[in-house]
Amino acid sequence: MQELKSLSDAILTGDAKTARDVTEKALAAGVDPLTLVNEYMIPAMTEVGRRYECNEYFVPELLISARAMKASLELIRPLLVASGREPAGRVAIGTVKGDLHDIGKNLVAAMLEGGGFEVIDLGVNVAPEQFVAAVREKKAQIVAMSALLTTTMPSMKSTIEALEAAGVRRQVKVLVGGAPITQRFADEIGADGYSENAPGAVTLARQALSLA
Amino acid sequence: MPEWLTQLLAAGPVVTDGAWGTELQARGLPAGELPDGWNLTHPERVAEVARAYVAAGSRVILTNTFGANRLRLAGHGLADRVAEINRRGVEISKQAAGPRARVFASIGPAGKMLLTGETTAAELTDAFTEQAQALAEGGADALIIETMSDLEEAKLALAAAKTTGLPVVVCMVFDAGRDKDRTLMGATPEQVARELTAAGADVIGANCGVGIERYVPVCRRLRAATDRPVWIKPNAGLPVLENGRVVYHTTPEEFAGHVPELVAAGAGFIGGCCGTTPEFIRAVCARLVGA
Repeated sequence: MQELKSLSDAILTGDAKTARDVTEKALAAGVDPLTLVNEYMIPAMTEVGRRYECNEYFVPELLISARAMKASLELIRPLLVASGREPAGRVAIGTVKGDLHDIGKNLVAAMLEGGGFEVIDLGVNVAPEQFVAAVREKKAQIVAMSALLTTTMPSMKSTIEALEAAGVRRQVKVLVGGAPITQRFADEIGADGYSENAPGAVTLARQALSLA
Repeated sequence: MPEWLTQLLAAGPVVTDGAWGTELQARGLPAGELPDGWNLTHPERVAEVARAYVAAGSRVILTNTFGANRLRLAGHGLADRVAEINRRGVEISKQAAGPRARVFASIGPAGKMLLTGETTAAELTDAFTEQAQALAEGGADALIIETMSDLEEAKLALAAAKTTGLPVVVCMVFDAGRDKDRTLMGATPEQVARELTAAGADVIGANCGVGIERYVPVCRRLRAATDRPVWIKPNAGLPVLENGRVVYHTTPEEFAGHVPELVAAGAGFIGGCCGTTPEFIRAVCARLVGA
Protein backbone atom coordinates (compact mmCIF):
# COMPACT_ATOMS: atom_id res chain seq x y z
CA MET A 1 0.00 0.00 0.00
CA GLN A 2 1.57 3.23 -1.21
CA GLU A 3 -0.16 5.27 1.51
CA LEU A 4 1.30 3.14 4.26
CA LYS A 5 4.77 3.14 2.74
CA SER A 6 4.80 6.87 3.47
CA LEU A 7 4.46 5.96 7.18
CA SER A 8 7.77 4.10 7.00
CA ASP A 9 9.34 7.00 5.12
CA ALA A 10 8.06 9.53 7.66
CA ILE A 11 9.67 7.54 10.49
CA LEU A 12 12.93 7.22 8.55
CA THR A 13 13.10 10.96 7.93
CA GLY A 14 11.73 11.90 11.34
CA ASP A 15 8.63 13.63 9.98
CA ALA A 16 6.31 13.35 12.98
CA LYS A 17 3.45 15.28 11.38
CA THR A 18 3.23 13.01 8.34
CA ALA A 19 3.62 9.91 10.52
CA ARG A 20 0.66 11.03 12.59
CA ASP A 21 -1.48 12.01 9.59
CA VAL A 22 -0.89 8.76 7.70
CA THR A 23 -1.62 6.73 10.84
CA GLU A 24 -4.83 8.63 11.45
CA LYS A 25 -6.05 8.05 7.89
CA ALA A 26 -5.07 4.39 7.90
CA LEU A 27 -6.87 3.73 11.17
CA ALA A 28 -9.95 5.57 9.88
CA ALA A 29 -9.84 3.38 6.79
CA GLY A 30 -9.92 0.32 9.01
CA VAL A 31 -6.30 -0.88 8.78
CA ASP A 32 -5.40 -3.17 11.68
CA PRO A 33 -3.25 -1.18 14.14
CA LEU A 34 -0.97 -4.15 14.70
CA THR A 35 -0.32 -4.38 10.96
CA LEU A 36 0.85 -0.76 11.02
CA VAL A 37 3.23 -1.47 13.87
CA ASN A 38 4.63 -4.77 12.68
CA GLU A 39 4.79 -4.20 8.95
CA TYR A 40 5.62 -0.52 8.65
CA MET A 41 6.84 1.05 11.87
CA ILE A 42 9.13 -1.55 13.40
CA PRO A 43 10.87 -2.26 10.06
CA ALA A 44 11.40 1.51 9.71
CA MET A 45 13.02 1.70 13.16
CA THR A 46 15.14 -1.34 12.28
CA GLU A 47 16.33 0.54 9.20
CA VAL A 48 17.10 3.59 11.38
CA GLY A 49 19.28 1.31 13.52
CA ARG A 50 21.00 -0.05 10.43
CA ARG A 51 21.76 3.45 9.16
CA TYR A 52 23.18 4.29 12.57
CA GLU A 53 25.48 1.28 12.40
CA CYS A 54 26.60 2.41 8.93
CA ASN A 55 27.52 5.93 10.03
CA GLU A 56 24.66 7.42 7.98
CA TYR A 57 22.59 8.34 11.03
CA PHE A 58 23.74 9.81 14.34
CA VAL A 59 21.97 10.73 17.55
CA PRO A 60 19.99 13.67 16.11
CA GLU A 61 18.47 11.44 13.40
CA LEU A 62 17.73 8.72 15.97
CA LEU A 63 15.88 11.18 18.14
CA ILE A 64 13.69 12.64 15.44
CA SER A 65 12.85 9.18 14.10
CA ALA A 66 11.89 7.99 17.57
CA ARG A 67 9.76 11.11 17.94
CA ALA A 68 7.91 10.37 14.67
CA MET A 69 7.39 6.77 15.76
CA LYS A 70 6.02 7.97 19.09
CA ALA A 71 3.60 10.39 17.39
CA SER A 72 2.15 7.48 15.48
CA LEU A 73 2.14 5.10 18.46
CA GLU A 74 0.16 7.58 20.53
CA LEU A 75 -2.78 6.99 18.19
CA ILE A 76 -2.27 3.26 17.97
CA ARG A 77 -1.58 2.30 21.57
CA PRO A 78 -5.09 3.11 22.96
CA LEU A 79 -6.59 0.88 20.27
CA LEU A 80 -4.24 -1.97 21.12
CA VAL A 81 -4.99 -1.62 24.81
CA ALA A 82 -8.77 -1.50 24.11
CA SER A 83 -8.55 -4.74 22.16
CA GLY A 84 -6.57 -6.35 24.98
CA ARG A 85 -3.24 -6.46 23.16
CA GLU A 86 -0.17 -5.79 25.21
CA PRO A 87 2.79 -3.58 24.26
CA ALA A 88 5.96 -5.32 23.06
CA GLY A 89 7.17 -5.36 26.62
CA ARG A 90 7.50 -3.30 29.76
CA VAL A 91 10.90 -1.82 30.61
CA ALA A 92 11.92 -0.17 33.87
CA ILE A 93 14.81 2.12 33.03
CA GLY A 94 17.00 4.32 35.20
CA THR A 95 20.45 5.76 35.86
CA VAL A 96 21.92 3.85 38.80
CA LYS A 97 22.37 5.02 42.35
CA GLY A 98 24.94 7.78 42.78
CA ASP A 99 24.77 8.83 39.15
CA LEU A 100 22.81 11.86 37.96
CA HIS A 101 23.58 11.64 34.23
CA ASP A 102 20.51 11.09 32.13
CA ILE A 103 21.33 11.90 28.50
CA GLY A 104 22.17 8.31 27.55
CA LYS A 105 19.30 6.91 29.59
CA ASN A 106 16.83 9.31 27.95
CA LEU A 107 18.08 8.37 24.48
CA VAL A 108 17.59 4.67 25.16
CA ALA A 109 14.14 5.34 26.68
CA ALA A 110 13.10 7.29 23.57
CA MET A 111 14.34 4.53 21.27
CA LEU A 112 12.57 1.83 23.32
CA GLU A 113 9.32 3.77 23.19
CA GLY A 114 9.83 4.13 19.47
CA GLY A 115 10.33 0.36 19.36
CA GLY A 116 6.90 -0.19 20.85
CA PHE A 117 7.92 -0.85 24.45
CA GLU A 118 6.14 0.59 27.45
CA VAL A 119 8.83 2.47 29.33
CA ILE A 120 8.73 3.14 33.06
CA ASP A 121 11.33 5.85 33.53
CA LEU A 122 12.61 5.73 37.11
CA GLY A 123 14.85 8.78 36.53
CA VAL A 124 18.38 9.25 37.89
CA ASN A 125 20.10 8.12 41.10
CA VAL A 126 17.81 5.08 41.22
CA ALA A 127 18.37 2.84 44.25
CA PRO A 128 18.37 -0.96 43.82
CA GLU A 129 15.11 -1.25 45.79
CA GLN A 130 13.37 1.08 43.30
CA PHE A 131 14.29 -1.26 40.46
CA VAL A 132 13.03 -4.18 42.55
CA ALA A 133 9.74 -2.34 43.22
CA ALA A 134 9.26 -1.66 39.51
CA VAL A 135 9.60 -5.37 38.80
CA ARG A 136 7.32 -6.43 41.64
CA GLU A 137 4.63 -3.79 41.45
CA LYS A 138 4.69 -2.64 37.84
CA LYS A 139 5.54 -6.01 36.36
CA ALA A 140 8.51 -4.77 34.36
CA GLN A 141 9.94 -7.57 32.23
CA ILE A 142 13.20 -5.77 31.57
CA VAL A 143 15.40 -3.73 33.88
CA ALA A 144 17.62 -1.33 31.92
CA MET A 145 20.41 0.42 33.83
CA SER A 146 22.66 3.28 32.77
CA ALA A 147 25.86 4.67 34.33
CA LEU A 148 28.21 7.36 33.07
CA LEU A 149 30.57 7.50 36.02
CA THR A 150 33.12 4.76 36.54
CA THR A 151 32.49 5.17 40.25
CA THR A 152 28.83 4.25 39.96
CA MET A 153 29.35 1.15 37.80
CA PRO A 154 29.34 -1.04 40.94
CA SER A 155 25.74 0.11 41.59
CA MET A 156 24.74 -2.06 38.63
CA LYS A 157 26.10 -5.08 40.41
CA SER A 158 24.34 -4.22 43.66
CA THR A 159 21.06 -3.78 41.77
CA ILE A 160 21.38 -7.26 40.28
CA GLU A 161 22.12 -8.60 43.77
CA ALA A 162 19.04 -6.82 45.12
CA LEU A 163 16.91 -8.40 42.38
CA GLU A 164 18.30 -11.78 43.39
CA ALA A 165 17.71 -11.16 47.09
CA ALA A 166 14.13 -10.17 46.34
CA GLY A 167 13.62 -13.42 44.41
CA VAL A 168 12.72 -11.67 41.16
CA ARG A 169 15.97 -11.97 39.24
CA ARG A 170 14.75 -14.89 37.16
CA GLN A 171 11.59 -13.15 35.99
CA VAL A 172 13.41 -10.19 34.41
CA LYS A 173 16.10 -9.56 31.85
CA VAL A 174 18.76 -7.08 32.93
CA LEU A 175 20.31 -4.82 30.28
CA VAL A 176 23.15 -2.37 30.94
CA GLY A 177 24.82 0.47 29.09
CA GLY A 178 26.74 3.74 29.44
CA ALA A 179 30.06 5.21 28.37
CA PRO A 180 32.36 3.20 30.69
CA ILE A 181 30.40 -0.07 30.37
CA THR A 182 31.78 -2.95 28.33
CA GLN A 183 30.51 -6.41 27.38
CA ARG A 184 33.07 -7.86 29.72
CA PHE A 185 31.77 -5.81 32.61
CA ALA A 186 28.20 -6.83 31.78
CA ASP A 187 29.23 -10.50 31.81
CA GLU A 188 31.11 -10.10 35.08
CA ILE A 189 28.15 -8.69 36.95
CA GLY A 190 25.75 -11.23 35.45
CA ALA A 191 23.69 -8.89 33.26
CA ASP A 192 21.69 -10.46 30.42
CA GLY A 193 22.79 -7.96 27.82
CA TYR A 194 24.90 -4.93 26.94
CA SER A 195 24.64 -2.52 24.06
CA GLU A 196 27.08 0.25 23.26
CA ASN A 197 24.39 2.38 21.63
CA ALA A 198 20.69 3.22 21.80
CA PRO A 199 19.40 1.41 18.69
CA GLY A 200 21.30 -1.67 19.81
CA ALA A 201 19.42 -1.50 23.11
CA VAL A 202 16.10 -1.90 21.27
CA THR A 203 17.36 -4.97 19.38
CA LEU A 204 18.66 -6.35 22.67
CA ALA A 205 15.33 -5.74 24.42
CA ARG A 206 13.44 -7.52 21.63
CA GLN A 207 15.86 -10.44 21.77
CA ALA A 208 15.61 -10.61 25.56
CA LEU A 209 11.84 -11.11 25.31
CA SER A 210 12.23 -13.42 22.31
CA LEU A 211 10.40 -10.98 20.04
CA ALA A 212 13.09 -10.94 17.40
CA MET B 1 46.00 35.10 21.42
CA PRO B 2 47.97 36.82 24.21
CA GLU B 3 51.76 36.96 24.10
CA TRP B 4 52.23 34.61 27.08
CA LEU B 5 50.26 31.89 25.31
CA THR B 6 52.24 32.26 22.09
CA GLN B 7 55.47 32.00 24.09
CA LEU B 8 54.24 28.97 26.03
CA LEU B 9 53.47 27.16 22.77
CA ALA B 10 56.73 28.23 21.12
CA ALA B 11 58.66 26.11 23.62
CA GLY B 12 57.18 22.92 22.14
CA PRO B 13 54.19 20.80 23.15
CA VAL B 14 52.79 22.06 26.44
CA VAL B 15 52.10 19.37 29.05
CA THR B 16 48.74 19.87 30.75
CA ASP B 17 47.29 17.87 33.63
CA GLY B 18 45.46 14.57 34.17
CA ALA B 19 42.15 13.59 35.76
CA TRP B 20 40.78 15.35 38.83
CA GLY B 21 37.65 13.42 39.74
CA THR B 22 39.43 10.11 40.28
CA GLU B 23 42.23 11.88 42.22
CA LEU B 24 39.65 13.47 44.54
CA GLN B 25 37.96 10.10 45.01
CA ALA B 26 41.31 8.69 46.06
CA ARG B 27 41.26 11.44 48.70
CA GLY B 28 37.84 10.50 50.01
CA LEU B 29 35.27 12.07 47.67
CA PRO B 30 32.27 9.70 47.83
CA ALA B 31 31.16 8.05 44.56
CA GLY B 32 28.45 10.08 42.88
CA GLU B 33 29.13 13.26 44.85
CA LEU B 34 29.84 16.29 42.68
CA PRO B 35 33.57 17.08 43.04
CA ASP B 36 33.02 20.83 42.57
CA GLY B 37 31.40 21.27 45.99
CA TRP B 38 34.73 20.30 47.56
CA ASN B 39 36.17 23.69 46.57
CA LEU B 40 34.16 25.02 49.52
CA THR B 41 34.14 22.05 51.89
CA HIS B 42 37.55 20.42 51.31
CA PRO B 43 39.75 23.06 49.62
CA GLU B 44 42.94 21.50 51.00
CA ARG B 45 42.23 18.14 49.30
CA VAL B 46 41.52 19.94 46.01
CA ALA B 47 44.77 21.88 46.40
CA GLU B 48 46.66 18.59 46.88
CA VAL B 49 45.51 17.40 43.45
CA ALA B 50 46.50 20.71 41.83
CA ARG B 51 49.92 20.64 43.51
CA ALA B 52 50.46 17.00 42.50
CA TYR B 53 50.07 17.94 38.83
CA VAL B 54 52.34 20.98 39.11
CA ALA B 55 54.95 18.79 40.82
CA ALA B 56 54.57 16.17 38.07
CA GLY B 57 55.50 18.78 35.45
CA SER B 58 52.20 20.21 34.19
CA ARG B 59 52.73 23.65 32.64
CA VAL B 60 48.98 24.15 32.45
CA ILE B 61 46.60 22.92 35.14
CA LEU B 62 42.83 23.02 35.12
CA THR B 63 40.38 23.72 37.93
CA ASN B 64 37.89 21.66 39.91
CA THR B 65 34.97 23.44 38.25
CA PHE B 66 34.00 21.05 35.43
CA GLY B 67 30.43 20.62 36.69
CA ALA B 68 30.01 24.03 38.30
CA ASN B 69 27.31 25.43 36.05
CA ARG B 70 23.91 26.35 37.47
CA LEU B 71 22.03 23.53 35.73
CA ARG B 72 24.28 20.78 37.06
CA LEU B 73 24.77 22.30 40.52
CA ALA B 74 20.98 22.52 40.90
CA GLY B 75 20.85 18.71 40.88
CA HIS B 76 23.00 18.78 44.02
CA GLY B 77 21.26 21.65 45.80
CA LEU B 78 24.13 24.04 45.06
CA ALA B 79 22.59 26.34 42.43
CA ASP B 80 23.03 29.41 44.63
CA ARG B 81 26.76 28.75 45.10
CA VAL B 82 27.81 28.99 41.42
CA ALA B 83 29.96 32.12 41.75
CA GLU B 84 31.63 31.00 44.97
CA ILE B 85 32.48 27.47 43.79
CA ASN B 86 34.00 28.73 40.54
CA ARG B 87 35.96 31.60 42.10
CA ARG B 88 37.33 29.35 44.82
CA GLY B 89 38.20 26.68 42.26
CA VAL B 90 40.41 29.10 40.33
CA GLU B 91 42.00 30.50 43.49
CA ILE B 92 42.97 27.00 44.65
CA SER B 93 44.60 26.15 41.29
CA LYS B 94 46.30 29.57 41.00
CA GLN B 95 47.85 29.18 44.41
CA ALA B 96 49.08 25.67 43.61
CA ALA B 97 50.43 26.79 40.22
CA GLY B 98 52.40 29.79 41.45
CA PRO B 99 54.79 30.92 38.71
CA ARG B 100 55.28 27.34 37.44
CA ALA B 101 52.00 26.78 35.62
CA ARG B 102 49.10 28.59 33.97
CA VAL B 103 45.53 27.99 35.09
CA PHE B 104 42.94 27.14 32.45
CA ALA B 105 39.57 27.10 34.17
CA SER B 106 37.31 24.20 33.27
CA ILE B 107 33.76 24.46 31.94
CA GLY B 108 31.99 21.14 31.27
CA PRO B 109 28.69 20.41 29.53
CA ALA B 110 25.43 21.46 31.14
CA GLY B 111 24.23 17.86 31.31
CA LYS B 112 20.99 18.69 29.49
CA MET B 113 20.35 18.13 25.81
CA LEU B 114 19.23 20.91 23.47
CA LEU B 115 17.89 18.45 20.94
CA THR B 116 15.38 16.81 23.27
CA GLY B 117 14.14 20.17 24.55
CA GLU B 118 15.47 19.52 28.07
CA THR B 119 17.14 22.91 27.89
CA THR B 120 17.18 25.95 25.62
CA ALA B 121 19.92 28.04 24.00
CA ALA B 122 19.00 30.97 26.27
CA GLU B 123 19.22 28.85 29.42
CA LEU B 124 22.62 27.46 28.36
CA THR B 125 23.94 30.91 27.48
CA ASP B 126 22.92 32.23 30.90
CA ALA B 127 24.46 29.29 32.74
CA PHE B 128 27.77 29.39 30.83
CA THR B 129 28.04 33.19 31.06
CA GLU B 130 27.53 33.10 34.82
CA GLN B 131 30.19 30.39 35.23
CA ALA B 132 32.69 32.03 32.85
CA GLN B 133 32.37 35.41 34.58
CA ALA B 134 33.01 33.84 38.00
CA LEU B 135 36.06 31.96 36.67
CA ALA B 136 37.43 35.18 35.19
CA GLU B 137 36.86 37.05 38.47
CA GLY B 138 38.74 34.26 40.27
CA GLY B 139 41.79 35.10 38.13
CA ALA B 140 41.88 32.35 35.48
CA ASP B 141 44.55 32.76 32.76
CA ALA B 142 42.29 31.14 30.15
CA LEU B 143 39.05 29.17 29.96
CA ILE B 144 38.61 25.64 28.65
CA ILE B 145 35.30 24.25 27.48
CA GLU B 146 35.72 20.48 27.53
CA THR B 147 34.08 17.08 27.07
CA MET B 148 31.46 18.55 24.75
CA SER B 149 29.35 16.15 22.65
CA ASP B 150 27.17 18.71 20.91
CA LEU B 151 28.78 21.36 18.71
CA GLU B 152 25.78 23.66 19.23
CA GLU B 153 26.24 23.59 23.00
CA ALA B 154 30.01 24.05 22.58
CA LYS B 155 29.45 27.16 20.46
CA LEU B 156 27.03 28.64 22.99
CA ALA B 157 29.59 28.03 25.74
CA LEU B 158 32.34 29.55 23.56
CA ALA B 159 30.34 32.72 22.91
CA ALA B 160 29.62 33.01 26.66
CA ALA B 161 33.29 32.42 27.56
CA LYS B 162 34.52 35.00 25.05
CA THR B 163 32.62 37.74 26.87
CA THR B 164 35.35 37.56 29.54
CA GLY B 165 38.07 38.55 27.05
CA LEU B 166 40.20 35.54 28.11
CA PRO B 167 41.65 33.05 25.61
CA VAL B 168 39.28 30.11 25.16
CA VAL B 169 40.06 26.44 24.41
CA VAL B 170 37.19 24.28 23.15
CA CYS B 171 37.51 20.52 23.02
CA MET B 172 35.03 17.85 22.16
CA VAL B 173 34.70 14.10 22.67
CA PHE B 174 35.14 11.91 19.60
CA ASP B 175 33.85 8.47 20.52
CA ALA B 176 30.90 7.77 18.24
CA GLY B 177 30.35 6.16 14.86
CA ARG B 178 31.93 3.08 13.38
CA ASP B 179 35.47 4.43 13.63
CA LYS B 180 34.97 6.30 16.92
CA ASP B 181 35.99 9.52 15.17
CA ARG B 182 32.72 11.45 15.43
CA THR B 183 31.04 13.35 18.21
CA LEU B 184 27.87 11.87 19.70
CA MET B 185 25.92 14.10 17.33
CA GLY B 186 27.90 12.90 14.33
CA ALA B 187 30.28 15.84 13.73
CA THR B 188 33.67 15.02 12.17
CA PRO B 189 36.98 16.50 13.38
CA GLU B 190 37.02 18.66 10.21
CA GLN B 191 33.56 20.05 10.89
CA VAL B 192 34.40 20.72 14.54
CA ALA B 193 37.66 22.46 13.62
CA ARG B 194 36.04 24.60 10.95
CA GLU B 195 33.04 25.69 12.98
CA LEU B 196 34.97 26.38 16.18
CA THR B 197 37.63 28.32 14.28
CA ALA B 198 34.92 30.44 12.65
CA ALA B 199 33.29 30.95 16.06
CA GLY B 200 36.56 32.33 17.45
CA ALA B 201 38.05 29.56 19.61
CA ASP B 202 41.74 30.22 20.36
CA VAL B 203 42.64 26.54 20.75
CA ILE B 204 40.67 23.52 19.49
CA GLY B 205 40.90 19.94 20.61
CA ALA B 206 39.68 16.55 21.73
CA ASN B 207 39.43 15.03 25.19
CA CYS B 208 38.19 11.88 26.94
CA GLY B 209 37.17 9.40 24.18
CA VAL B 210 38.08 5.74 23.98
CA GLY B 211 41.86 5.79 24.46
CA ILE B 212 44.96 7.64 23.33
CA GLU B 213 45.71 5.70 20.11
CA ARG B 214 42.35 6.71 18.65
CA TYR B 215 43.17 10.38 19.17
CA VAL B 216 46.30 10.35 17.00
CA PRO B 217 44.30 10.44 13.72
CA VAL B 218 41.74 12.81 15.28
CA CYS B 219 44.60 15.17 16.20
CA ARG B 220 46.00 15.00 12.67
CA ARG B 221 42.61 15.82 11.17
CA LEU B 222 41.96 18.73 13.54
CA ARG B 223 45.46 20.04 12.81
CA ALA B 224 44.83 19.94 9.05
CA ALA B 225 41.51 21.76 9.32
CA THR B 226 42.45 24.76 11.47
CA ASP B 227 45.28 27.23 12.04
CA ARG B 228 44.66 27.17 15.81
CA PRO B 229 46.79 25.13 18.25
CA VAL B 230 45.41 21.65 18.97
CA TRP B 231 44.69 20.42 22.50
CA ILE B 232 44.61 16.64 23.18
CA LYS B 233 43.66 15.03 26.49
CA PRO B 234 42.73 11.36 26.03
CA ASN B 235 41.57 9.04 28.79
CA ALA B 236 43.44 5.96 29.96
CA GLY B 237 41.34 3.55 27.88
CA LEU B 238 38.10 2.01 29.07
CA PRO B 239 37.80 1.06 32.73
CA VAL B 240 37.19 -2.45 34.00
CA LEU B 241 35.80 -3.57 37.33
CA GLU B 242 38.04 -5.75 39.46
CA ASN B 243 36.92 -6.96 42.88
CA GLY B 244 34.34 -4.19 43.02
CA ARG B 245 36.94 -1.55 42.15
CA VAL B 246 37.22 0.35 38.90
CA VAL B 247 40.65 0.04 37.28
CA TYR B 248 42.20 1.37 34.09
CA HIS B 249 44.62 -1.00 32.43
CA THR B 250 46.56 1.53 30.37
CA THR B 251 49.84 2.17 32.22
CA PRO B 252 51.54 5.59 32.34
CA GLU B 253 54.33 4.16 30.13
CA GLU B 254 51.91 2.80 27.51
CA PHE B 255 50.09 6.12 27.48
CA ALA B 256 53.31 8.11 27.15
CA GLY B 257 54.43 5.74 24.39
CA HIS B 258 51.88 7.35 22.09
CA VAL B 259 53.05 10.88 22.86
CA PRO B 260 55.61 11.08 20.01
CA GLU B 261 52.81 10.16 17.55
CA LEU B 262 50.62 12.92 18.99
CA VAL B 263 53.46 15.42 18.65
CA ALA B 264 54.01 14.33 15.05
CA ALA B 265 50.26 14.71 14.48
CA GLY B 266 50.56 18.33 15.54
CA ALA B 267 49.36 18.44 19.16
CA GLY B 268 50.24 21.72 20.88
CA PHE B 269 48.94 20.73 24.31
CA ILE B 270 49.05 17.16 25.70
CA GLY B 271 47.54 15.82 28.91
CA GLY B 272 45.19 13.13 30.13
CA CYS B 273 41.52 12.68 30.96
CA CYS B 274 39.64 9.99 32.97
CA GLY B 275 41.90 7.43 34.63
CA THR B 276 45.14 9.39 34.23
CA THR B 277 47.15 10.47 37.27
CA PRO B 278 50.23 12.58 38.10
CA GLU B 279 52.25 9.44 37.20
CA PHE B 280 50.93 9.69 33.64
CA ILE B 281 51.95 13.35 33.44
CA ARG B 282 55.42 12.51 34.74
CA ALA B 283 55.72 9.81 32.07
CA VAL B 284 54.54 12.22 29.34
CA CYS B 285 57.12 14.83 30.44
CA ALA B 286 59.89 12.22 30.48
CA ARG B 287 58.95 11.10 26.99
CA LEU B 288 59.00 14.68 25.67
CA VAL B 289 62.39 15.41 27.21
CA GLY B 290 63.76 12.22 25.71
CA ALA B 291 62.26 12.95 22.29
